[in-house]
Amino acid sequence: MDIIRTLEKEQMRTDLPDFAIGDTVRVFVKVVEGSRERLQAFEGLVLKRNGGGISETFTVRRLSYGIGVERTFPLHSPRINRIEIVRRGKARRARLFYIRDRVGKAAKVKEKRL
Amino acid sequence: MLKAILGKKLGMTQVFTEDGLLIPVTVVEAGPCVVTQVKTQDKDGYSALQVGYDDIRPKLVNRPLKGHFDKGKIGYRRYLREFKLENADKFNVGDEITVDIFSAGDKVDVSGRSKGKGYAGSIKRWNQSRGPMSHGSKYHRGPGAMSAGSSPAKVQKGRPLPGRMGFDKVSVQNLEIVKVDKDRNLLLIKGALPGPKGTLLTIKNTVKH
Repeated sequence: MDIIRTLEKEQMRTDLPDFAIGDTVRVFVKVVEGSRERLQAFEGLVLKRNGGGISETFTVRRLSYGIGVERTFPLHSPRINRIEIVRRGKARRARLFYIRDRVGKAAKVKEKRL
Repeated sequence: MLKAILGKKLGMTQVFTEDGLLIPVTVVEAGPCVVTQVKTQDKDGYSALQVGYDDIRPKLVNRPLKGHFDKGKIGYRRYLREFKLENADKFNVGDEITVDIFSAGDKVDVSGRSKGKGYAGSIKRWNQSRGPMSHGSKYHRGPGAMSAGSSPAKVQKGRPLPGRMGFDKVSVQNLEIVKVDKDRNLLLIKGALPGPKGTLLTIKNTVKH
């Protein structure tokens, strides 16, 4: 088990900021278009962080033309260029699925005062 | 050239490729193995290498095996296995076989013993279907009818019945080696391999092309 842990640790990324559930983040993803590679930003609310170690994933929800879009990223994926924290949110639970049923002001997470 | 090694299954994890693909891998601690005996056409009637793996204390070796190991002065190993190969006489007793006979991208076959399931019913063992659990049925997980009646008047051989399941020799063919770690004697093989953690595995060059 130890060897597997160290193997996983070698691949884990340490350059990403420490973001939490309820935060609004901007994820810069590498997108391949033909032979060209460019960065695409996906900004939204972090609904959950799932799993641990190398297999940890997180889900970001945003509204795109009035339609909710959720994307789940592997946290340690090399496809993620960087993550910016736009806003810190104050969430009292680990899964913010209730946001899906709400629109407008009700879908807001309170900002965390630091 | 010999392309076979013995190893121990350590468990599964996942690995990212450079372009972000996620590959499920099984980590195998393979080798270093040592050649314990060279079998030749003249002496033994066939050409093969006997290979030992996993160091053990002298106390764990019985006397006949101790003599066998002492002959080559190679130390004591837990497992001895044979690999058939054409020109075995190119090897000497005491030669080491390490993971660097493989490289990333190679295709291999892996065999080992599957997890034992104990005495299992025919639903688990032979994928039979269950009877109704309700509506007055009292026939839930039984094996069903044995055969037709007075002709043939016997149960056919091979009829799926409950019994010991698992701990069989299982081979998985054409698996890709994702990474070779020479310093730690590790092989990362794509996909799942038979058996529990710590089980002995034989890794060979694949028979498929």
